[in-house]
Amino acid sequence: MRGNRFGYYIREGVSSIFSHGFMSFASVCIIVACLLIMGTFTLIAINVDNIIDTMESQNELMAFVDDTLTEEQARGLEATIEAVPNVDRAVFITRERAWDDFVETYENPRFFEGLDASVTRDRYVVYLDDIALMEETYNLLQDVPGIDWVRAHLEISDGFMRIRNVVTLVSMALVAVLFVISLFIMSNTIKLTTFERRDEIAIMKMVGATSTFIRWPFVVQGLILGLIGSLVSFTMEWGLYQVLAKELISGAGFSFLTVIPFYKVSIPILLAFGAVGLGVGAIGSSLAIKNYLKV
Amino acid sequence: MVQFTDVFKSYENGTKALRGISFTINDGEFVFLVGPSGSGKTTIIKLLTGEIAPTDGTVMVNDYNMGTMKFSKMPYMRRTLGVVFQDYRLIEDKTVYENVAFAMRVIGASGKEIRRRVPYVLELVGLDTRTRRKPHELSGGEQQRVAIARALVNNPRLIIADEPTGNLDPARSLEIMMLLQKINELGTTVLVVTHEKELVESFSKRVIAIDAGRIISDGMDGYYSYER
Repeated sequence: MRGNRFGYYIREGVSSIFSHGFMSFASVCIIVACLLIMGTFTLIAINVDNIIDTMESQNELMAFVDDTLTEEQARGLEATIEAVPNVDRAVFITRERAWDDFVETYENPRFFEGLDASVTRDRYVVYLDDIALMEETYNLLQDVPGIDWVRAHLEISDGFMRIRNVVTLVSMALVAVLFVISLFIMSNTIKLTTFERRDEIAIMKMVGATSTFIRWPFVVQGLILGLIGSLVSFTMEWGLYQVLAKELISGAGFSFLTVIPFYKVSIPILLAFGAVGLGVGAIGSSLAIKNYLKV
Repeated sequence: MVQFTDVFKSYENGTKALRGISFTINDGEFVFLVGPSGSGKTTIIKLLTGEIAPTDGTVMVNDYNMGTMKFSKMPYMRRTLGVVFQDYRLIEDKTVYENVAFAMRVIGASGKEIRRRVPYVLELVGLDTRTRRKPHELSGGEQQRVAIARALVNNPRLIIADEPTGNLDPARSLEIMMLLQKINELGTTVLVVTHEKELVESFSKRVIAIDAGRIISDGMDGYYSYER
């Protein structure tokens, strides 16, 4: 590509943005709106995933050791339990420690007069790699010799999985739908610009301009509008995220939830916004100009 | 050079616009193409500019076969043509200079080439004092001169003028025809499509007359022979 042509594409693209100011403004607004919705849902999905990950790491199985085993024999089961697929680690808790922990949860020690640690059992707290495989791991632990029974909250793991799947699915569907909507609106906006310039395009064709030469200024226009849209929406998303994270989550009694700091996701979000903005701009403008280049 | 060999053109609605037309226009010729409305003149222009392809027969324009040429070659074929329309088709928000320069810029000419060529062409058509005017500030004749300058600026081998004087009074029409004749004398082939009998008769040039998609006369005496 010759330098003067490249300069021409840029000049024409920029000039078209200003000469069709309102349409350009409308395009940027639409891209910003779509990217904000896409971005917000993606961030919600990322945070839900993060929260579920945190909860998963806290979710545990309790494997109770057979009463007939001595403490030493019970401690010897650790390697066998940790060898079970999907087990991250197993922490042994003696019956005395379990009893103390239990008693501490109640304010009035008189409830437990006449009782001692012999009423409880040695146990393992078993942490999992993947909560989705909890039921399978539960069944495998039941079969470990020396383990009497296992306690698991399968309904909680199912709930986590369901929430994660729903949020991921809704986010993905929204991102796809909004991408198509952005593409459609961007394409139509540039189509209006091309319609206003149809005589100019006809003259260009008539004097022998190549389709590439005609198309590029429109593509540059789309790319610039897309880029502006993505940068504006990134900045707005940043602000929105900070406000929502601070005010809605921390300030409204949800302090047990953790929110990923924006700086940790800012680069991927910026890249994604940039890619979507530029993609919508380039594809939208190419679609818009297509029909005019057939002659 | 333009060569039509037994050309037929039918449209999708069944209209048979051309029914076996053959003629040749050699380089450097000045030719009038005349005929009543619906005779096939516009179809011939569209075939020449590559807007449509012949249904049958061969159309050669400046060494390009319009029936078999790849679409990607079309811009390069069009650079060998200059087209002038009755309604001028100028870009309203560009000045005279910009309208002409635009035709060079969009085929990738450098700024230096544009600055050298455009003033020369504007002087040739007598608009060198009007370069900064917008089309709406010009008379019809002047606007048509801009259109001719635009058609001429890329140094085409053939100028096709489609009813170039249709919107002009007789005096301005004569001026435009004189200008086209001058361009022809400088070596460019000129094909003028027109209805205007008096104008054709005032120039002793070859006239191809068509009617109902067929050539009914092709004479070198400049006579508007199809009316006889």
